[in-house]
Amino acid sequence: MATRRHGRPRPAEEFVIALAAKTITLFRRTKVLETEIDEFLDKLSQSALVFKHAIAEYLTGGASEAFEDKLRQINELESSADVLRRTIETQLYAQTLIPDSRGDVLGLLENLDSVLNQFENALWGFSIETPDIPEAYRADYQVLADMAVDSVEYLVLASRAFFRNIEAVGDHMHKVMFFEKEADKVSTKLKRAIFVFDLPLASKAHLRSFVEHIDNVADLAEDVADRLAIYTIKRTV
Amino acid sequence: MDVAILLFLTSGLFLGWALGGNDAANVFGTAVGTRMARFTTAAVICSVFVILGAVISGAGAAHTLGKLGAVNALGGAFMAALAAAFAVYTMTKFGLPVSTTQAIVGAIIGWNLFSDSITDPGALITILSTWVICPVLAAVIAIILFKAVNGVLSVVKLHLLRTDAYTRAGLLLAGAFGAYSLSANNIANAMGVFVTSSPFTDFSIAGIYTISSTQQLFLLGGLAIAAGVMTYSRRVMMTVGDGLLAMPPIAAWVVVMAHSIVLFLFDSQGLESILADAGLPTIPLVPVSSSQAVVGAVIGIGILKGGRVIRWRVLGGIGVGWVLTPLMAGLICFVRLFFMLNVFDQTVYRAVCHDLSPAVMARVEQAGIAVAPIADLTGRSFDSAADLQSVLGDRKTLNNDDQATVIQFARHQLIHVDPDRLLEMDPGAMEPDQWAAVTALSGRSYSHAWAFDDALAIQSVGWRLREGERTHTRALNDRLAYLHRMLGLGP
Repeated sequence: MATRRHGRPRPAEEFVIALAAKTITLFRRTKVLETEIDEFLDKLSQSALVFKHAIAEYLTGGASEAFEDKLRQINELESSADVLRRTIETQLYAQTLIPDSRGDVLGLLENLDSVLNQFENALWGFSIETPDIPEAYRADYQVLADMAVDSVEYLVLASRAFFRNIEAVGDHMHKVMFFEKEADKVSTKLKRAIFVFDLPLASKAHLRSFVEHIDNVADLAEDVADRLAIYTIKRTV
Repeated sequence: MDVAILLFLTSGLFLGWALGGNDAANVFGTAVGTRMARFTTAAVICSVFVILGAVISGAGAAHTLGKLGAVNALGGAFMAALAAAFAVYTMTKFGLPVSTTQAIVGAIIGWNLFSDSITDPGALITILSTWVICPVLAAVIAIILFKAVNGVLSVVKLHLLRTDAYTRAGLLLAGAFGAYSLSANNIANAMGVFVTSSPFTDFSIAGIYTISSTQQLFLLGGLAIAAGVMTYSRRVMMTVGDGLLAMPPIAAWVVVMAHSIVLFLFDSQGLESILADAGLPTIPLVPVSSSQAVVGAVIGIGILKGGRVIRWRVLGGIGVGWVLTPLMAGLICFVRLFFMLNVFDQTVYRAVCHDLSPAVMARVEQAGIAVAPIADLTGRSFDSAADLQSVLGDRKTLNNDDQATVIQFARHQLIHVDPDRLLEMDPGAMEPDQWAAVTALSGRSYSHAWAFDDALAIQSVGWRLREGERTHTRALNDRLAYLHRMLGLGP
């Protein structure tokens, strides 16, 4: 320490130095944590895009190598997001940061993670059960996936706004709701069409379950958005 | 030092300890209660700044308390502080927001009544009015600060975590500022009554910096407050943070800042001289209640949020406190002084003799007061200020200000410029020409303080008042008080 070269610092100096060091450490840790939260949201957003492509691959070529590759990507994203989430949560509590809203942040991260898990689950379903999707429905499956992914993308934007610009949360939130409604419409339409078609009941049920796999992503996104709305109200009151 | 002196000081130290235990929670309660800061961090910062505030800026508000009543015997000071501490303790038991300020004011008035001294009505009115102004001012400052902070935050758009980090740092800084202002403003409550009867003597460090007896006294008081913070404040902080002030950290910061600014305003000699030099009205330097400043600030934020959170019962409690605390402290002080004097045979005040000798009458006339109506009183002396006041009051010929002036001049105070005593004193405490004037008077004695002051003014221009320069007047009065204390032989 520079001051030690000129003799021992006095207690008052030591106190000020300790205080300054504490403050600097606080700001450095904050910066690291901010980056980690951003990275976590990036991973979710990337997963959404990979999911969209994976569905497109499956609809064109079935459980091809390209599809399996996308599934692997999602797997990796999911596990690295898990690691990030745990680090963030541990730091929030270990350093007693944002004491009044860390519970909300914890809840938000856990719920966002469940959306990510749903992407993975749905793709594993396609990989394991390899449903045979008739040509007539493929376009609708893709539209449904697009809607679900869009709702997640806006959920990511709303979550970023929750951390950086609380007033903008509402702007993104209503789009999450919009795409979830659209996804519901598409999924209802698709299910009706499946059950009208002349197929064995087992196949109908199988196809329906995959409609639900994808639609669940949008439903989950909406649930998270609802919670986020409450967290936002809590912070602005 | 006499052990008895330390014994007498204990009541003031006890009051200081109670002050630290209770009022530190106003400064750091929200930070610790909401877990934005650890208790140890808060307690260390608080203690350091409490001691600094007491020693560096403690004198301002103490001056006004001293004007209200100069408790001139250690026994009396002990009882005044003890009565105040007891009143605070009782009120706290009943859950009323209590102010050490109000308690000590009541106790001093109790002593004044007992010792037949006069309560300066000007000082009393100043103090009473600040009790109302303080929470109102805190509310106004809180509203302005809250609007400003929210305005800035909505423009800057900080990350949630960044806001949190800044708020943390801000709470610690505001807490340090608050601790400094709190002890600067309130140290007078704990130790102010001992100033006139301080057992310490002034000494200087290497002839550069003089530590006055008052500052030594306040250092001791500051340590007592710090001890209160360390030992007792934790629980109170948790209560404040969890229960009473459930508010977001930024609002908490605003409350602490508003509280600290108000206490600082009522204690800043620097600000006072700036205002005075600019010809603006000054803020009286008075000890104000830190709890009431906090309640005021919280109400300010409540008003911004639409008035839903205003707790009218708390407001009522403050009103009751205004009346009950000083009354109770005054009564306890009066009754106990009686016992201390008559049962334990302790000196609780020194009688201050007043006389209207021809010399005094001449000086009164010189001050521009017509002495003809009281000319027949020439040569009479009185056992106490109250006796003289009642005689003057019966005449109905002098207005209140003139009466106060006559009493001031009639006050008997023996000052002997002892050559041996001069050797012990510190010439660095004043200008060289002022010191020369003092040494020139070596060996002489004066029966009244004004006679000594006039003699000094004749010796040197440095001892003469200058028209319209309040800073100079204050410095002059401080130095004269120092000389009176060092050379005085009692009334």
